[in-house]
Amino acid sequence: MKNKAFIVGAYEHPTRDASDIPLAQLHAEVAAGALADAGLSLADVDGYFCAGDVAGWDAPGCGPFSMVEYLGLNLRHLDTTESWGSAYINHVAHAVQAIEAGKCRVALITQAGRPRAERKSPAQMHSEQTQSAHEAQFELPYGPVVTNMYGMVAARHMYEHGTTPEQLAWIKVAASHHAQHNPNAVLPKVVTVEDVLNSPIAATPLHRLDCCIISDGGGALVVVHPDVARDLDRPKITPIGAGFTVKHLNGGYFDILASGGVKSGAEAFAQAGVTPQDIQYASIYDSFTITVLVQLENLGFCAPGQGGRFVAEGNLIAGVGRLPVNTDGGGLCSNHPGNRGGMTKLIEAVRQLRGEAHPAVQVPDCHLALAHGTGGQLGSRHGSATLVLERV
Amino acid sequence: MSVEMPEQNPITAPEPTAETAAYWDAADEGRLVLKRCLGTGKAFHPPRKISPFTGRDDTDWIEAEGTGEVYALSVSTRQGAEHCIAYIALTEGPIILSALTRCDLSAAKIGQRVRVVFEPCANGRRVPMFTTVATD
Repeated sequence: MKNKAFIVGAYEHPTRDASDIPLAQLHAEVAAGALADAGLSLADVDGYFCAGDVAGWDAPGCGPFSMVEYLGLNLRHLDTTESWGSAYINHVAHAVQAIEAGKCRVALITQAGRPRAERKSPAQMHSEQTQSAHEAQFELPYGPVVTNMYGMVAARHMYEHGTTPEQLAWIKVAASHHAQHNPNAVLPKVVTVEDVLNSPIAATPLHRLDCCIISDGGGALVVVHPDVARDLDRPKITPIGAGFTVKHLNGGYFDILASGGVKSGAEAFAQAGVTPQDIQYASIYDSFTITVLVQLENLGFCAPGQGGRFVAEGNLIAGVGRLPVNTDGGGLCSNHPGNRGGMTKLIEAVRQLRGEAHPAVQVPDCHLALAHGTGGQLGSRHGSATLVLERV
Repeated sequence: MSVEMPEQNPITAPEPTAETAAYWDAADEGRLVLKRCLGTGKAFHPPRKISPFTGRDDTDWIEAEGTGEVYALSVSTRQGAEHCIAYIALTEGPIILSALTRCDLSAAKIGQRVRVVFEPCANGRRVPMFTTVATD
């Protein structure tokens, strides 16, 4: 996979409130931003990658074609693999495959959403789950909202491993330490463990500050053939390992603490030929504090059950701890556009590898980074995507 | 402490299909049933015609004891009332999503023994939930 394609463009929309920006325009703005960053234009794009957040997705007979038409793209390749927040991390791997197979040379990936403007919380989005899903009739009567589904994971982790609310709170504390340097962050104020524990309960054992923010916005990436990258004056960031899986409930025989990251992480590390200990910076999906803790264990950054100790005492804070995580402030404090995390995870990893993160959080000489995303629900079925990136 | 149901029934009515009607018909009679894979002998949930373990359609319905223990739980407040979502590890093996009811929700713990009870939903059909039982 290494050197088969390069990420040459990355752009995160600065807005967190898109009340005045329709969804298609948001996608177009992030596309323009990433292409400008790469030194390319829409006319260069011959491969487009999008997921279910694209404008027009629900329109019968229309789907992603609407967005392709809006952008005026002239495509040879289209990939609409939908796996919620993990989709974009998966898209990068697909883009490398498509470029290697000669199906496109300039791949554009866009993500955008405006749940704040549309007043759609993840809980509301879940309650709108269609009865057409086979399992819906066995779940919707119980009214499981997203906070419950992650709360159950946290409760089980505490039961099996003695993890404490204080340890979980450290994940928010670390995010807030990073967010103070991000002028676009929704929550730029540094918080303490006590602040998290004193915030109201959202769903036991999670407090309100264990939850991510709800924001509008989006981001985009441009992945290109090595020949295209050669002509561009951009740092060379190449994917070197990728993994994807779908975790599900397996007829009722499952371990709620083993997310899809167990498989997607192992596959990505094996392909990359590196270990978690080699990773200098990690973007880990952070819909809730417990999401980070479980995925750190599942990806092998620490042993199963040791996540609580691993995240405590500022260990995820850049310049302080062993593993800087989500140095943009993450979904917990900065941005969670469309209730999907994968794109912002990729973009901060690219910033770190380029040396373009905020100086206060930049990892010195960062050349190996990881981006990991979950789409769906940690405590239930979800897609899981892991990508290892190297600056060469 | 007992928890009163809010006046407006918040339990969404299930929409059974031909594949699942027997489950909901049994629930209306106060019985919990599960599908069993004949190839592996394992009970599974949610019920479907095709076994998720073998991909074959040799499955049948079995009567569940309606007992198990709390595998995971999370309590939140809705419309002023406590609500407890839980995964229940049934005696027959599968872990199923449900809710706790007719017990002190804030005192419920993982590992606690539970038994099935049936609560009416918005259209009057009955939905399996669980309540804690005293252990000897």
